[in-house]
Amino acid sequence: MSSPLRAWIEGIGLIAPGLPDWPAARAVLRGEQAYAAAPSVLPAPALLPPAERRRASRVVKTALAVGLEAVAHAGADASQLTTVFAASGADGHNCHALCEQLASDDRQISPTRFHNSVHNAAAGYWGIATGAMAPCQVLCAYDASFGAGLLDALAQVALMRQPVLLIAYDSEYPEPLHAKRPIPDCAGVALLLNPEHGPRALAAITVSPTADAAEPLADAELEALRADIPALRALPLLQRLATGDAGRVCLDYLAPMQLAVRIGPC
Amino acid sequence: MTPLLLSAFTATSCLGRGLDATRHALRSGRSGLAPCAFETVKLDTWVGEVAGVDDERLPTALADYDCRNNRLTRLGLETDGFGNQVRDAIDRYGRARVGVFLGTSTAGILQTELAYRRRDPATGALPDDFHYRTTHNSFSLAEFTRDYFGLEGMAMAISTACSSSAKVFAAAARQIELGMIDAAVVGGVDTLCLTTLYGFASLQLTSPRPCRPYDAARDGISIGEGAGFALLERAAGAAPGSVLLLGAGESSDAYHMSSPHPEGLGARLAMEAALKSAGLTPADIDYINLHGTATPANDAAEGTAVAALFGDRVPCSSTKGATGHTLGAAGAIEAVICALALTDGLLPGSPGTATPDPAIPVQYLLERREGRVRRVLSNSFGFGGSNCSLVFGVAA
Repeated sequence: MSSPLRAWIEGIGLIAPGLPDWPAARAVLRGEQAYAAAPSVLPAPALLPPAERRRASRVVKTALAVGLEAVAHAGADASQLTTVFAASGADGHNCHALCEQLASDDRQISPTRFHNSVHNAAAGYWGIATGAMAPCQVLCAYDASFGAGLLDALAQVALMRQPVLLIAYDSEYPEPLHAKRPIPDCAGVALLLNPEHGPRALAAITVSPTADAAEPLADAELEALRADIPALRALPLLQRLATGDAGRVCLDYLAPMQLAVRIGPC
Repeated sequence: MTPLLLSAFTATSCLGRGLDATRHALRSGRSGLAPCAFETVKLDTWVGEVAGVDDERLPTALADYDCRNNRLTRLGLETDGFGNQVRDAIDRYGRARVGVFLGTSTAGILQTELAYRRRDPATGALPDDFHYRTTHNSFSLAEFTRDYFGLEGMAMAISTACSSSAKVFAAAARQIELGMIDAAVVGGVDTLCLTTLYGFASLQLTSPRPCRPYDAARDGISIGEGAGFALLERAAGAAPGSVLLLGAGESSDAYHMSSPHPEGLGARLAMEAALKSAGLTPADIDYINLHGTATPANDAAEGTAVAALFGDRVPCSSTKGATGHTLGAAGAIEAVICALALTDGLLPGSPGTATPDPAIPVQYLLERREGRVRRVLSNSFGFGGSNCSLVFGVAA
């Protein structure tokens, strides 16, 4: 029985350590360019009003940048898009600052810090930046967050018959939380998923549950990124999209449930 | 959408543990709010604290999950026989075919707040007994619930602030509709913590008195805590009178991080989408459980949207004067209150509210009313402009 969770991928966005955008990542994943480790580069979110742009946190910058890259890649209109945000955590630096202050004698935390502490802060700023009033989902499934986001995004595509933008992203915590949750850097992956086969289609995607293990990436440094940053559990799928090879990959989700992802040609 | 059956449901809040305590409080117009005496918090505000949460013990094998939020999760799951209904569903469908979709705003962040008081004086390290994944992380309550029942299928936490546990109904319904799962544990759990108490105080959104939703003199929220759960299954063969989820609608304000759209535009879009999803019109709705946080801005915006869609024809109330604002649990707890409205013919009143705001032209219920209730709407709106409305009804 074929899975109802299927769509056409029309746009891709990516930021990861050493991989500043999708074209750069594509060249590395195709083996045309060697991977060179470097801190993630997070562009200032040009869409936000100046005050918000200056104050935008690393996690907000990551989410907005990969989302906008996928939208531009697809030639879509962000103001009309339903979104699914999937993140393993919120703004780690802001969380640390709040916990530090709440453990001190002065608990009068800043209201801006408080409203930026919500798990859906990046989604809120995305709405303000793009004016999108369509539904906006914000999920967390710890290391399985990308898979959870993919499941809900494809379900919305299937039932609403409208494009859905999936944005999966993570940010690091500073110490002492870093020792408990050692995410090394910010990273994000965005996919614009369309129910219809249009002229912009890059590939078809079908997702179904499996018990198979995710296959590691051959390159040790890329495999480390996949294992260390939850959003980059998507890398085997992105490698297929980069090489253009149709076929099946398995992504880590939530043991024992894994996701079999079949990538088909246009 | 295809209607789904709420084959079991339960709620625990400051009104008490379970459906009987909740319905008794709603019938008598009792509020569970009390002056804040939580932990070491020194704020001039009232809260809705659940009694006995910290007496709850988790199974030994799940000890790493131990924190106030997961204690309340377990307490809620084992109320009204809900846990046994879930186990029966797992027997019927299998461990991989029952999903978990739970909402929260802060999960077990209290555990981290407490751990920050116990950092190593030399290194600054957090204590060894602090477990980030199973307490602090937003997924912790969903992962705990999945492990507690030994489930092996899909699970996710939804965290869109105060609409979180309304949106879980929509997400679970999608997966059931597509046949990816056969049943879902949906709900929400949030517990008192310093981040939300001091945070809402910093925004000057907490009232120094018990909150007064939709009152002309309303001056802020009372924060509560709670756990609400429902078991969703396909509705085929549902007994007459059973509670059904008929529709769900979601939208975004795209306006401001902590203030609602002033005309309630996002709220209106969510309500319209929920009615459309249910194949109903405003005239079909018998009661609206409002988001009604009791901040001046929220109630004005929501009231404007409700009046624009429904006029003053539909009786409506916020039950946050009774439960407090349970944040990420509010959607689920108010869904259960809607279920009680349907099963008991009980339209709740609004403890704390004395003079409904004359500037909001809706039919606001100060006192509970009894009558035939066939279809109800529940509103949940959150920080960051995330809105969700749900429509519930009864099986014919």
